[in-house]
Amino acid sequence: MRSNIAKIKLVSSHPEVYDPCDDSFALVDALLADRANLIDHRPSICMEIGCGSGYVITSLALLLEKECPGSYYVATDVNPHATTVTRETLEAHGCSAEVVHTDIASGLEKRLARNVDVMLVNPPYVPTPDAEVGCRGIASSWAGGEDGRRVIDRILPVADGLLSDKGWLYMVTLTANNPVELCVQMRKRGYASRIVLQRSTEEESLHIIKFWRDVDALLEANECSEIEKTENGLPHFSPFSFWNYGNRTAN
Amino acid sequence: MRLLTHNMLSSNIKGVTSGFPLRIEVEKMVEKEVELNADFLRNMFAKVEWKALVEASKTLGYTELPDNVEPSMLDSDEFLNRFHHALLELHLEEGALVCPETGRKFPVNKGIPNMLLHEDEV
Repeated sequence: MRSNIAKIKLVSSHPEVYDPCDDSFALVDALLADRANLIDHRPSICMEIGCGSGYVITSLALLLEKECPGSYYVATDVNPHATTVTRETLEAHGCSAEVVHTDIASGLEKRLARNVDVMLVNPPYVPTPDAEVGCRGIASSWAGGEDGRRVIDRILPVADGLLSDKGWLYMVTLTANNPVELCVQMRKRGYASRIVLQRSTEEESLHIIKFWRDVDALLEANECSEIEKTENGLPHFSPFSFWNYGNRTAN
Repeated sequence: MRLLTHNMLSSNIKGVTSGFPLRIEVEKMVEKEVELNADFLRNMFAKVEWKALVEASKTLGYTELPDNVEPSMLDSDEFLNRFHHALLELHLEEGALVCPETGRKFPVNKGIPNMLLHEDEV
């Protein structure tokens, strides 16, 4: 049976809002492929940072609506038009999610700390001059600054604060963003990770990374920080060890 | 905006210590019926700041929530119905959320709260 996701013809639009495109489809395809795990996961609180047209958060709500009824969905965007369009897209599909106009998760960080079970991020990942980062119109959906990492590097610590003990983060990245380095960086925060979908389009090579808190990664991260403190040298840490852990505890 | 979301928002202005709960100014509220999910409510009970929910409900004109609660009340259908209604069926459609420490207003339009800060507030 084909799973229910958002229908393109019901997705609202606005000249200042990024329409669903290859990156949005790749993220939703990754969620579809992981649907059985998501249902077992039984998320109470799901969040999307940078919801744009609302295509992704609506798709997640539809994917889980039968098996996980009553989950709470909250979506944020820095672009006011995107928040309106997301609300329209949700309504057109009969979904209820809460939409907040804010920068990343500002205003929600305190009370939602360690409470988010599933987080979705399709960040502005396109390498651009740094000066283009921080606009509030449609450019906010793509302008990523140097290596496309300016906003990603601000989002990851926020995500770490918000994710629950069982929290999962799905994030879209490009090869230019250095996804392997992102995984290494998150391992230092105690996360295992796996690239769950890779897709090359005419314009870009997309990677969808899934992150989750992992006991081994956390122990290792603590050990590393101890070593850094005591020896003030390079930590005894293999940057590629997460691949093995990723496979072993595959979610 | 549901009161669950109100319960999860706090003032994010630089220098504000707690910033919670945001006071609600109502221009327009709506009620939207949704199916009750007892597991979800039991799960949320521990995460919700009860006093803030009671006050927010009163502001929207719903006064049926008890002032004091304990987890055993979750066994009562009547309590669950009231909790469900306050948390998920009352929406602030137009109005504002007011920072309890600075008085700064965060507008709510079409049910969407605007928590964006001005440059000098970050």
